[in-house]
Parts: sequence; structure tokens; C-alpha cells
Amino acid sequence: MLSQLPALQVVIPLIAAPLCVILRNKEISCLVSQAVSIVSFLISLILLQQVLNQNVISYALGGWLAPIGIEYRLDILNTFILVIVSGISSIVTIYSKKSIEHEIDSEKIYLFYTGYLLMFSGLLGMSITGDAFNVFVFIEISSLSSYAMIAMGKDRRAVSASFTYLVMGTVGATFFLIGVGLMYAMTGTLNMADLAERLPKVYETKAILVSFAFISIGILLKLALFPLHLWLPNAYTYAPSVVSAFLSATATKVAIYLLIRFGYTVFGSDFVFIKYPTAEILASLAIVAIIVCSLVAIFQTNIKRLLAFSSLAQVGYIILGISLNNLNGLTAAIVHIFNHAISKGALFLAMGCIALVIGSVKIKDMEGLGKKMPFTAFAIVIGGLSLIGVPLTAGFISKWYIILGALDKGWWVLAILLLLTSLLALVYVWRIIEAMYFRSSENVYKINEAPISMLIPMYVLVIMTIYFGIETSFSAGLASEAAKFLIGT
Amino acid sequence: MDLILSHINYWVAIALMMIGFYALIARGNLIKTIIGLNIFQASVFLLYITFGKVSGGTAPILQKNTELYSNPLPHVLILTAIVVGVATTSLGLALVVKIYESYGTIEEDEIAKLDAQEEN
Repeated sequence: MLSQLPALQVVIPLIAAPLCVILRNKEISCLVSQAVSIVSFLISLILLQQVLNQNVISYALGGWLAPIGIEYRLDILNTFILVIVSGISSIVTIYSKKSIEHEIDSEKIYLFYTGYLLMFSGLLGMSITGDAFNVFVFIEISSLSSYAMIAMGKDRRAVSASFTYLVMGTVGATFFLIGVGLMYAMTGTLNMADLAERLPKVYETKAILVSFAFISIGILLKLALFPLHLWLPNAYTYAPSVVSAFLSATATKVAIYLLIRFGYTVFGSDFVFIKYPTAEILASLAIVAIIVCSLVAIFQTNIKRLLAFSSLAQVGYIILGISLNNLNGLTAAIVHIFNHAISKGALFLAMGCIALVIGSVKIKDMEGLGKKMPFTAFAIVIGGLSLIGVPLTAGFISKWYIILGALDKGWWVLAILLLLTSLLALVYVWRIIEAMYFRSSENVYKINEAPISMLIPMYVLVIMTIYFGIETSFSAGLASEAAKFLIGT
Repeated sequence: MDLILSHINYWVAIALMMIGFYALIARGNLIKTIIGLNIFQASVFLLYITFGKVSGGTAPILQKNTELYSNPLPHVLILTAIVVGVATTSLGLALVVKIYESYGTIEEDEIAKLDAQEEN
């Protein structure tokens, strides 16, 4: 049983999805999603325990050994990602019931959970698999279901946002497919570990350079690095709140994991960072992303849109960490995947509470909310502080490592620049706080705090945001182990 | 000339890819965007099938007297990718129907105009 856990990790949500369609009941499908998420979370924790003991777990699907068969390969990095994805999913599904009933037609709710489970299994599959073509299949499983879920938003712009995402997402996935095809043509294998061994012999060929370019652009489209981010703001703004929270906390993060996996394991850092100026390209795009997207975020009137642009800026920090190509930089990237998932997850869940209670996420409708919805408002404050990177919140840990990484590399101008960009985050977070606490509302009607079933999951994330800002042996500890494993020291 | 003829499949794939990509990025009718997406994906399918061809090889079917046959793996991969393509197309068309129902148009610039009006 224990040896079958890697397969069960992906298969359980995949089987539960059609189950929801057969049952056609919103209550049961919600319960099924919660149960599946929690079981997946437990499996990922057991796998993490196993990986810490034996370093790498290799699972041959159907008994066909790698490199012929499809291999699920777990190391400390992707097991950490599995824990993040399934943990966030457990919290989001427990939160989702009331919010989904409010935002989605009641006869479509079971279909929503079907799509959710498919996307969940796609994301887990993307993280766990050790086969390059299999990654493509799972990318499409998760993307197709996320297009459908975004289109379920109430506003009609949700549908056009979903269409834009469909077109750009498919182009990204197809680019990835071209890259994998070229690698296969040059090496004759699709297994990642096998590719890593065979690729150095053909490093000099143009085909591998082209393949690397297609794969990285395909993945960058998926993770929405500036200037390939155009699909993201509308998709996050008009999707149902639960979907925005889940997408921002996990979907882009898994794409970032793929970039790390292909950059460090498959192609190897010698090829990516020394032979070609990938680091310089990624770093400059990331800096532009951080500055431009933070500036755009400052001028938004819709808070979900503001948070979407802030996500783009935070993706910039993660990519910057990867591009530093040293231990601290990579640790910063991996730990920020975790820290940003919990703090942005908390913020989007808080937006869901506000959308449920006052029916709007415009900044002008949030005036005086600090008194009316004290718990939700406080959650936004903590999440916002973490985005800025204030000490004692999780965001500070990531900023700390990334600045150490920049100093290790000798890019001290960058380190100063990073501190200055935190001020931009301060401005957009301050705008929300000012509206909530320092302006009184003209509306006199009484509003209640969000239901307790939504507050508790949200506060789990808020407490984690503070906890992992103080006690970092789990988050930063695992991240630096993973970084050491990748760099190979 | 020799370079073109000996790699004719690749040239066709590149040409299709560019045609599809152009149809995709040129702002216009959403159905045309979907068609562009299809052509774009089809070009990749062709590329994969070309990788699998072994010169002088027959179809990869087990039979007597054949030693040399084409690599069947790219065919299998593309079978999967075709299924994905069909799913993407149907989902895309379903979204176009929903867009038509709520906006009353499927021209991209008119949709952008309607969205801009709503913002103000």
C-alpha cells in the first residue's frame, strides 16, 4: 500500500472527479472534494517523510520500468510542491462551500467541483511526474479545467477572460510540446532523468537550443512572467473567488516548479546559465515585472485586480531568485513559492468573504470595513504585510534570502532595488488599509462578519503567514535542502 | 532547392505554424482564432510524425519479412495530443457560444469596446 502512494496521489482526485458528475449532488460533491483534498494532503505528507529518509522515490507506473515506462519521480523539491498544492486545496475546499453557493448557480455546483478535482489532479500530476511528455498531458488537464472554472464567474467578462487564457494557455502548452518533441528527436528519450544524462552530448546542436527556447517560453506563458502575463489579471479578477485563490496559490507555482525542474534537472544549470545568458534575460524581465506590475497595482480600483497584479510582481521575485543561480537565490525562490501561496491565498480568501458579505470588491465599497468585518480586515492586514515583506511575516523570509542571494552574486545594486520595490508594495497595501480603517463609510446599513466556516480556513492561512515568518525550519529548511539537492552541493 | 525538397515536411510544418499563429494573434473573429489555434496545433502534429519516420521503413505493424519500420512512439504521443486538441477546440467553441449569448458579438474589438464601456 505504502509503495503505491505516488500513484494514488494523482489517481484519487482523478477518479473522484467523474464520481461527482455521477452523483449530481452539490452537497456530496463538496464533501467528496474536501475528503479527497485532505487524503491527498496526508499522502503528500507521508511521501515527504519517505523522501526525507531515502532522498529519491521512483515509481514505475504499471510496472513498466523507466526509461521505457512512465516514471513518477519524487525528490525533496516536488514533494514540497505536492504538500503546498494539496494543503492549499484542503483549506480552499473547506472554505469553498458558502462562497461557491453564493457565486455559482446551484445546479452547476457539482460541475464546479468536478472541474476543481480535475484541475487539482492535473497540478499534482505536473509536479510528480518524471516524464516530459506526461507533463504536457497534465498541463492540459489542469489548464482545460481551469478555463472552465474561470468561465463560471458571474460577470460576463469572466467568459472573455477565460477565452483569452484558453488561447494563450494553449499556445504555451503547444510551445512546450514542440520543445519536448525536439528533445525527443535529438536524444530518443522522454524520461527526465534519462534526458539529463543524454542531453550533454548534444548541447552544441541548434535543435537543443531551440527546444530549450520553446520549453521555457511555453512555461513562462503558464507562469505569467511579464510580458507574457496578459491573460492573468482578467482571469483572476472575474473568476469565482475560490478559483482565484486556488489558481494564484498553486497553478502559477506549479508552472514555476516546472521551470526549475527543466532548468536545473533536465537541461542542467551549466547549459542554462553558463552557456547561454538565460540568467540575465530572466533577471531583467523579473525586475521589470516587479516594478511595472507593482506600479499598475497601485492604480487599481478593484481589489481582486490589484491582488492579481501584485501576484505578477511576486512571480517576478521568484523568477529573480531562480535567475541568481546560487544557493540563497534558489532557496528564496522555493521558499517564496510557499510563502506567497499562503499569504496570497489568505488575501484572495478574504476577498471572497468581502464579495459574499457586501457583494463588491471595489476599493470604494470597502470603506469602514475595519469596524464592520474586523476579522476579515485583520486577515487582509497580515496578508498585506507579508506581501511587503515586513519582519515576523512569511514574506520577510523570502525577501531576506533573495537579498542574500543578490549579495552573494555581487549584484548589490539589485539588493537595494529590491528593498525599494518593497515600498511600492507598501503603497498598494496601504491603499486597502486606509480605505478599511481610516475612512468611514456613508452606508449606515448593518453588515455582519463573514460566516465562521469561511473565517476558520482563512485564519489557518493567516496564522501560517505569521508562524512561518518566525519558525522557518519547515519552510526555509526544506527549501534550502531542495536548493542544495538541485545545485548538487 | 535540395534543402527544401529533402526537408519538405519541416517546411510545410513551419509554414502551417506561421499561418496558424498569424490567424491566432490577428485581432478579429473568435471562431477564426480557434481555427488558427487548430492549424497551429496541426503543424506540431506533423512535426512529430516527421520525427518518427525512418527512411525506408514501413508502417510499424508486426509482420513477417520486415526488419525496418518507423518509430511508433511519436504516433502514440500525437494521438494523445490530438485528443487534447479536440478537447481544447470544443471548450473554446463552447466559450465562444457563451460570449455570443452575453455580448451579442464575437468580434474581438467590439467585445473590448463593450468591456471598456462597462469599466467607465
